[in-house]
Amino acid sequence: MKHHRAHLLVCAGTGCVSCGAFDVKTALKKEIERRGLADEILVVATGCNGFCEKGPIVLVRPDDIFYQRLSVDDIPLLVEEHLIKGRPVARLMYTPPADTKPVPKMADIEFFRHQRLIVLRNRGRIDPEKIEEYIAYDGYQAMAKALTEMTPEEIIAEISASGLRGRGGAGFPTGKKWDLCRKEKASPKYLICNGDEGDPGAFMDRSVLEADPHAVLEGMVIAARAISAARGFIYIRNEYPLAIQRLDIAIRSAREFGLLGENILGSGFDFDVEIVRGAGAFVSGEETALIASIEGQRAAPRQRPPYPAQSGLWGQPTTINNVETWANVPSIIRRGAAWFAGLGTETSKGTKVFSLVGKINNTGLVEVPMGIRLDEIVNNIGGGIPNGRKFKAVQIGGPSGGCIPTELLDLPVDYESLTRAGAMMGSGGMIVMDEDTCMVDIALYFLRFTQEESCGKCAPCRIGTRRMAEILAGIAAGEGRPGDIEKLEELAWTVKRGSLCGLGQTAPNPVLSTLRYFRDEYRAHIEDKTCPARVCKNLISFAIDPEKCVGCLLCLKACPVNAIAGERKKVHVIDQALCIKCGACFTACPVKIGAVSKLTGEKGRALVPEATRATTS
Amino acid sequence: MTKKLTIQDLAAMRDKTRSLTVLRDGAGRAKVTVHMGTCGIAAGARDIMETLLEEIRSRGLQDVIVTTSGCAGLCNREPMATVEIKDQPPVKYVRLTPDKMRRVIAEHVLDGRIVAEYALAVGSETMY
Ligand SMILES: Cc1cc2nc3c(=O)[nH]c(=O)nc-3n(C[C@H](O)[C@H](O)[C@H](O)COP(=O)(O)O)c2cc1C
Ligand code: SF4
Ligand code: SF4
Ligand code: SF4
Ligand code: FES
Ligand code: FES
Repeated sequence: MKHHRAHLLVCAGTGCVSCGAFDVKTALKKEIERRGLADEILVVATGCNGFCEKGPIVLVRPDDIFYQRLSVDDIPLLVEEHLIKGRPVARLMYTPPADTKPVPKMADIEFFRHQRLIVLRNRGRIDPEKIEEYIAYDGYQAMAKALTEMTPEEIIAEISASGLRGRGGAGFPTGKKWDLCRKEKASPKYLICNGDEGDPGAFMDRSVLEADPHAVLEGMVIAARAISAARGFIYIRNEYPLAIQRLDIAIRSAREFGLLGENILGSGFDFDVEIVRGAGAFVSGEETALIASIEGQRAAPRQRPPYPAQSGLWGQPTTINNVETWANVPSIIRRGAAWFAGLGTETSKGTKVFSLVGKINNTGLVEVPMGIRLDEIVNNIGGGIPNGRKFKAVQIGGPSGGCIPTELLDLPVDYESLTRAGAMMGSGGMIVMDEDTCMVDIALYFLRFTQEESCGKCAPCRIGTRRMAEILAGIAAGEGRPGDIEKLEELAWTVKRGSLCGLGQTAPNPVLSTLRYFRDEYRAHIEDKTCPARVCKNLISFAIDPEKCVGCLLCLKACPVNAIAGERKKVHVIDQALCIKCGACFTACPVKIGAVSKLTGEKGRALVPEATRATTS
Repeated sequence: MTKKLTIQDLAAMRDKTRSLTVLRDGAGRAKVTVHMGTCGIAAGARDIMETLLEEIRSRGLQDVIVTTSGCAGLCNREPMATVEIKDQPPVKYVRLTPDKMRRVIAEHVLDGRIVAEYALAVGSETMY
């Protein structure tokens, strides 16, 4: 590496890569070479920057200018204007949804301003494929300290004092888990990194692995020394090729530098890891199922206790932690437990990475201090709800999490508050919903997911979730009967209590939490046969307002089943018998005309198309 | 070829690489901005930039950030550069030549003594 006057940090996380980051990077390099700037300007590929929705992203340092949604065609202008003439290009910058002026500097963009980076501290800053860059930002210093200056007891005491809890879902204290494993007599012992990440819509762990794979490796070596393990496994689903590739490079370079393998840093300590590719079923993320999968068996959970710390992989004591948990470890050892414990709330320390998706302006990956209010995440970082719609709920904790309604937007985000509100931290998926979301429909969606992913081992989970899904589907179809709500609740508690693993124990959560906060919406479906959010197809209809329709033909052309009749400049009419309620006409009718309306609980008036009426005007 | 590191190597590698990535943090001890508007380039700003980078490389300076900016509104005094030492007001140099640039680096950037003969004024434009 040489001294350059500018570094262009091109995001090469999965999100940006899928919308062309590598092409942008190639174009940048070519243009820079063509302009004879190759010696002055360095192009670096980094891991996910978080603001994936705005990809491809390039950050220019030291100026801190944030460019977004770049295309190959933008590159010559960007190089000419910014890098040669020093005039940053406003057109390629980010403009907040409610604003017209762009915000040039990354540090000033709301999405980034409220974040606090520990786990993702190297995101968008280092090239994850160059071990030297990780080392430049204090990488492997904590490991060196743990190997040469600390006893296993001291390492565990430090992690315990930090208050770090597992980021994979349940939030078990990490220090305690390590200590249980350390105290086991049997040897060998194993370490596992859980990178299964089966939650739909979640990509926290993938991003950590892509942006900073060495942080995970360093965390594992520190734990290996604490519990005296010599071998570790990193379980990643096969759908994450970029994460696997970066991790593979990281492992090989760490070995080459003597930071993994035999006699690490000359300390006499040996530890090595290997990657295991998972098939990617949701249940294989459950720790006992994951262990079975590494052993080459079918990924089905088994009874606990014994816990993996006592009897895990091949019956040996095993410490299993989540990707994000591992990535927290180096900072805690390097900067000390007190520093970490100074962040967050009484019971939840440090930060948490969330993937913010759904009906929200700024979707992406965010890392925030524990205890931050939900409102700050949704409105300040997330930039609020698009299209002038109203916020309705946020679903937290993945498929088995719960929905938190508007009234609770003030809720501090920590393990206990979320659980009390009927949701859970889970691995960090956050799905924002607006007023056009039907809560019955949402509960059904998540329940179907868990039902399909149930391994079928226990009856309450296998049969109970199916029965619940049937009742919900009935309600959504307008066939709900009095007593359905009570039946759902009863089933939910049976499934929760009678299931063997966390999947069954939490699967009813979406139903229970939507019943808790949106019971009226269930009642409307059952008693009035209406869907207040106008989503459930059997309970809605589309109608054209003859007063508003200008006869532009747009809806007619959009309708896939020719259910609309009409002629140019004549009022159009929907034939309710033919309509399949796809909503294409609703979307097609220009917003400022708004002649198509979505109705629930009433049918559109039976009209004759104007063109065929006896009297024409 | 294996390069098994010791703890000392690790620290040395950190310091060396870190000094090269320092500008990713947007913080250096000194910052030199070369004005690269159309007339700046016409007047030879590229040579100034090349001299500057060459000096930084050959002297092994690792805490000096170099950036460019647009027209400073003084087209008749190009090429120009602004030198900012941390915690001191920026100084604008006008009608630079490669030799003058070298002197500015030696005296102002390295020794902290402003080269008054070439300096226009103290102050700087913002980028937007
Ligand atoms: C159905 C189910 C799926 C799970 N999926 C994951 C997962 O994808 N990633 C993960 O880290 N933990 C997952 N867990 C939690 C793990 O069983 C385990 O608690 C976790 O890996 C422990 O690590 P931690 O203490 O660092 O959180 C899942 C649990 C259940 C019940
Ligand atoms: S609760 Fe469900 S997923 Fe878990 S072991 Fe039982 S059947 Fe399988
Ligand atoms: S909802 Fe779909 S099927 Fe029905 S009238 Fe509109 S476009 Fe046609
Ligand atoms: S798109 Fe709207 S305005 Fe146009 S014909 Fe259809 S209903 Fe009428
Ligand atoms: S992948 Fe580029 S911002 Fe996430
Ligand atoms: S372009 Fe240099 S002062 Fe105008």
